[in-house]
Amino acid sequence: MATLTREDLDTRLDGAARAWFHEALAEAARAAAHAPRHPAGPRTVPAWETRFASAGRHCGREHADSVRTHLLHEARADAATLTRLYRQGTAAERRAVLLALHHLAPDPADGLPLVEDALRTNDTRLVAAAVGPYAARHLPPHPWRHAVLKCLFTGVPVDAADGIERRAQGDTELARMLTDYAAERTAAGRPVPADLHRVLALTSPTEES
Amino acid sequence: MRIFDPHIHMTSRTTDDYQAMYDAGVRAVVEPSFWLGQPRTSPASFFDYFDSLLGWEPFRAAQYGIAHHCTIALNPKEANDPRCRPVLDALPRYLEKDNVVAVGEIGYDSMTPEEDTALAAQLQLAADHGLPALVHTPHRDKLAGLHRTVHAVHASALAPERVLLDHLNETTVRAAADSGCWLGFSIYPDTKMDEDRMVAILEDHGTERVLVNSAADWGRSDPLKTRKTADAMLAAGFTHDDVDRVLWRNPVAFYGQSGRLRLDVPPPEALHEGNSILRGGE
Repeated sequence: MATLTREDLDTRLDGAARAWFHEALAEAARAAAHAPRHPAGPRTVPAWETRFASAGRHCGREHADSVRTHLLHEARADAATLTRLYRQGTAAERRAVLLALHHLAPDPADGLPLVEDALRTNDTRLVAAAVGPYAARHLPPHPWRHAVLKCLFTGVPVDAADGIERRAQGDTELARMLTDYAAERTAAGRPVPADLHRVLALTSPTEES
Repeated sequence: MRIFDPHIHMTSRTTDDYQAMYDAGVRAVVEPSFWLGQPRTSPASFFDYFDSLLGWEPFRAAQYGIAHHCTIALNPKEANDPRCRPVLDALPRYLEKDNVVAVGEIGYDSMTPEEDTALAAQLQLAADHGLPALVHTPHRDKLAGLHRTVHAVHASALAPERVLLDHLNETTVRAAADSGCWLGFSIYPDTKMDEDRMVAILEDHGTERVLVNSAADWGRSDPLKTRKTADAMLAAGFTHDDVDRVLWRNPVAFYGQSGRLRLDVPPPEALHEGNSILRGGE
């Protein structure tokens, strides 16, 4: 599901949801402008973070990813905030953090552990969100290849894996893993996922022009 | 027939159960947080459990076309353990989550002062977060426990119509009904209630504010007891509308007070390799 722009959200949300969204954005902006950024104690939850948690019921499940992503941007969530919101989040909130990584661009030392955590799950909503442009840019070759394989295993369309054309190109190790997987499927009398052949084709080195 | 099981611990159940429940008509469940059989020794164990109720378990349920919501609380048994009590401090952030439709299970186990404190604090949290409360009534000394529970509810900021008293039986139904709370009955193979006794209570009390659940968990229990009760109601002469009221509309009305119920789970997708819980490689 593509993230909607604020303008698109304004068009699609009804009056009450739109007002709620704008109030939430204002609270996030205030949080960005005023320190301290992190809660003083376990019972103190910043207002915009409460909005972040409750976006689904106020704006609709279909808009929750977009609304939450905009709140993270507006709050200029830093690495510590992203990590805390991910760790304390529901699967839907974790998805939003993953989707926001590309634009908020935390240091890979902080952002990659979140991507890797999501890739360890079997929740396809999280796996799909984890293989976005941030992973394409920062994930080292070995875990990236396993992420591609995981998409094939769990039925996440490989198109979710951002930049796959570029990263797969000439990757002979990925080609070997895909070929072995196809052989394992064939030996078991099971179909080979159609996406596998597409990715395998991408691993061919580019021809010199 | 559409069935809403308002109390079932799916964490302890298999995918076969989800399939059998779907086939029997179950389209929605609420999973209350509770004791896991093995006592926990730190708040972090609770947080992983709560996260599972808000992450993996609804994902599993959705693959079988079942809407999954949960209730979050420090249960009465573990409220007695000082190592677990800090869980109370972390509840506010969990109670804001979209899929949390009540505070629960709270209530009494051994009726200790620690349980009094945890119950009062969590009834207040329910009021603070706009949530109803699922209140378990104790297994031992049940009627005295029911009276003490009702007293705590009436002393709290939460209106009785936002409280569901659960695990009721013939000895507690009258006082529970008089309290103004909703009435929950757990149908079990050996203990608690059975289908025929449930039908007798419905004949006597009527269907108003009555919820029936399987409370299935890691013990001897049966996730299809909701359907079996529905069948027993029909066999005893109740109408399909009566069944729909008890097994769908009443739980929707009770948990709907949270404003967070979302029952439009799409039907199960074509199963990946005929095996819907994806293991990431076997």
